[in-house]
Amino acid sequence: MLLADIVKLLTATSVSSVANLDQHIENAGASDLMSDVLALTKPESVLLTGLCTPQVVRTAEMVDLKAIVFVRNKWPDAVTVKLADEMGLPLFSSPFPLYEACGLLYQAGLPGLLDRRDPNDHWLSVAAQDGRRSVQRTTGNSRGSL
Amino acid sequence: MTIEPLEQLVQSFEIAGQDFSRAGEVSSKIRRILQQIGAPVETIRRTSVATYEAEMNVVIHAQSGRIDLSADRCAIQITVSDVGPGIVDLDLAMQPGYSTASEEVREMGFGAGMGLSNMARCADDLSIDSVVGQGTTVKMQFRTNG
Ligand SMILES: Nc1ncnc2c1ncn2[C@@H]1O[C@H](COP(=O)(O)OP(=O)(O)OP(=O)(O)O)[C@@H](O)[C@H]1O
Ligand SMILES: [Mg+2]
Repeated sequence: MLLADIVKLLTATSVSSVANLDQHIENAGASDLMSDVLALTKPESVLLTGLCTPQVVRTAEMVDLKAIVFVRNKWPDAVTVKLADEMGLPLFSSPFPLYEACGLLYQAGLPGLLDRRDPNDHWLSVAAQDGRRSVQRTTGNSRGSL
Repeated sequence: MTIEPLEQLVQSFEIAGQDFSRAGEVSSKIRRILQQIGAPVETIRRTSVATYEAEMNVVIHAQSGRIDLSADRCAIQITVSDVGPGIVDLDLAMQPGYSTASEEVREMGFGAGMGLSNMARCADDLSIDSVVGQGTTVKMQFRTNG
């Protein structure tokens, strides 16, 4: 799905100076918890969130997010927008609440971050593995896929 | 196989504890350095996520800290050390969901108790040394050959 299609489905307004509407988006995820975003985001994703802080933009940078959509008409402050502009990250604001925004994209065929065909790709199993591994003070471990 | 001589990259960065407006700046700088030296995309991603989680932990939980980066052809080494309260029970702290973060920190999207387990999953090697009342040192290694 193109970013332009997402923006249209969510009747979103561009917040930052870059829009890159012709980019391909493979997945979407929604969370207000930055550690969840850091743990679960796949490449080529867009994030839907109700959190409007510079940390959301920083988090997006670390996981190569393609765009952020703020829900319920939330609008980030100037510092947050400036940071996104500096790194060329498109920000949007949509009037839809988080649940509805997710539903619209899912219904239109945009997959989420889980791959149910892969039993190791469910975040519950990821969390369980982490729990087991974490009893060691020093870990040299194989990685789960993000 | 011939191994070309390669300069070892070594650099240090200061982190200001409790300064949320600048939280993530060091991770962002390190990320750009890794891009400049041509580290593999997947390694940069893992390193960025884990470094950012560690930097946020210093900002959230400690008074001040620093990140030492060293990199060569084979691996990236990140050492995050802080002056702070230290971690009383490391096994407990490593458990997904365990957090002592304040309500204020949670409102910023952190404090899910996922940071240390994220780091363990992203790094090829993780070790934590913590002295209660003094501080914490997190050492992580990321191999560039996957
Ligand atoms: N550098 C540190 N100094 C002191 N305590 C720490 C430090 N890093 C982690 N801790 C302790 O370990 C707990 C778990 O850390 P972890 O990073 O997993 O979660 P968090 O920082 O609370 O939340 P999240 O990382 O999900 O935002 C923290 O709540 C804190 O009590
Ligand atoms: Mg943390």
